Amino acid sequence: MSAAMKQSAGATLELSNIHAGYGDFQALFGVSLRVEPGEAVGVVGPNGAGKTTLLRVISGLLRPRAGTLRFGGQDLLQVPAHALPALGIAHVPENRRLFPHLTVEENLKVGAFSKASRAHFEQRRDHVYSLFPRMQQRRHQLAGTMSGGEQQMCAIGRALMSGPKILLLDEPSAGLAPLVVQQVFALVKRIREEGLTVLIVEQNVAQVLRVVDRAYVLETGRVAAEGRAAELAADPAIRRSYLGGH
Amino acid sequence: MDLLDPFFLEALVNGILLGGVFALPALGLNLVFGVVDVVWLCYAELVMVGMYAAWFLYTQAGWPLWAAFAVCLPLVSLLGLLLHLLVVKPLLNQPPINQVLATGGVLFVLQGAATLAFRTDFRSLGVDMPPMEVGDVFVSGTKLAAFCAALLGAAVLWAFLKFTYVGVAIRAIARDREVMPLMGVDPQRIYLIASAVGGALAGLAACLLVVQLDVHPFVGLSFGPITFMICVMGGLGNMLGGFLAAFLMGLIISVGGFWGNTEYSYVIAFLFFILTIFARPRGLFAR
Repeated sequence: MSAAMKQSAGATLELSNIHAGYGDFQALFGVSLRVEPGEAVGVVGPNGAGKTTLLRVISGLLRPRAGTLRFGGQDLLQVPAHALPALGIAHVPENRRLFPHLTVEENLKVGAFSKASRAHFEQRRDHVYSLFPRMQQRRHQLAGTMSGGEQQMCAIGRALMSGPKILLLDEPSAGLAPLVVQQVFALVKRIREEGLTVLIVEQNVAQVLRVVDRAYVLETGRVAAEGRAAELAADPAIRRSYLGGH
Repeated sequence: MDLLDPFFLEALVNGILLGGVFALPALGLNLVFGVVDVVWLCYAELVMVGMYAAWFLYTQAGWPLWAAFAVCLPLVSLLGLLLHLLVVKPLLNQPPINQVLATGGVLFVLQGAATLAFRTDFRSLGVDMPPMEVGDVFVSGTKLAAFCAALLGAAVLWAFLKFTYVGVAIRAIARDREVMPLMGVDPQRIYLIASAVGGALAGLAACLLVVQLDVHPFVGLSFGPITFMICVMGGLGNMLGGFLAAFLMGLIISVGGFWGNTEYSYVIAFLFFILTIFARPRGLFAR
């Protein structure tokens, strides 16, 4: 598998002055953000800050009203959303959005839909199974019948099937028991150790700052702070707002 | 009553054979509805056009039957594709009522076009296979052959949906269309494929019906409404539910005709349908 993942070197994700929203509602006001190859970057902030909208803009589900979006120098706003996985962008959406009536392996198969991925299906599937042995045991089980943690693993596995350079994770810890949250973050750590670039949106600020190199704090659609994870974790204002004030 | 009465057994066998023929259009309609989220109200009329094509090529142009069928199937598939591109696609973001009205309009256009082209005469293919005798029961060879072909068609569809990338994506998109681009799937392309497959199923149904029914511009009325009832009974968009409901409906009509008479059998079928809708509004096989 490593061959499929080691292609990660080289593509920088660059958002500049992004404005986006839905109808009359504007969610993002001039957000700029940069993720270097091999980096793990967090986006934290309260509910409704625009974190999910940000990921939807990057993966093409929502077109921004203004701003630029580039990945490895390529203008992503010129590319239809369904062509982005082939460029190396994989998005694990909020609430996982598995196909509950399909088996685990069928979910992985949908994740490998793009032409370039099909040739690598078995190799990547076996890699996903080595990352999550539970998935191999449950390969023929309907995804909707698994526990929340297993579903999150399956959703991450599905995203890995396209052989991404960068993995976008939206609230991977949402709705999971504390012990399972630990497992998910351990996995994120392992995935990035394989050389994958990771952009992770989280409300669980304490946890995510332990996994990422840098983070952005998003508040009401604007970047309120950014910096190295350790610096942010030590910042009194951040501690007061997000880390329980100690 | 004797359950081994040969006439009763014959009614049972005919019911199952009839169900096999209903199953194809029910699968096609459910497939398109599940994927595109639009009901093709003119589905039976696509079958009618296919029946005319097979009839014309075989009796008028003098083609061999297999060649007529081999053209009929892709022709109706193409028709499904055109229906999607010209009528459904421009209305995809419109309220469902507009989509229903538009495909309903196509129904009348096709009926009118068939009347202009072929008048209202009943056209028969005039092919029949000898009946087969199994025990005390006589089975129409034509119906048995049509049934086997329908099952084969359903099996090919099942394998397509189960094992191919596009097939699995079709089953996925029926549940969650918004997330599909994240999988590298262009929903518009899947809509096109589903429409072509839905059309191909109508084409196959046309081949199997034209050997059993005379063709006329309104022949769609003799199986179209039943097809819609079957789909609703099985749960709209539920392929397996529609497939099973087709056999249930075939049995009700055939066995109902054995106890009462043929006209009443449809009354019984409609009554059963109405009761189903009251008892299980989301379909007999809804979970």
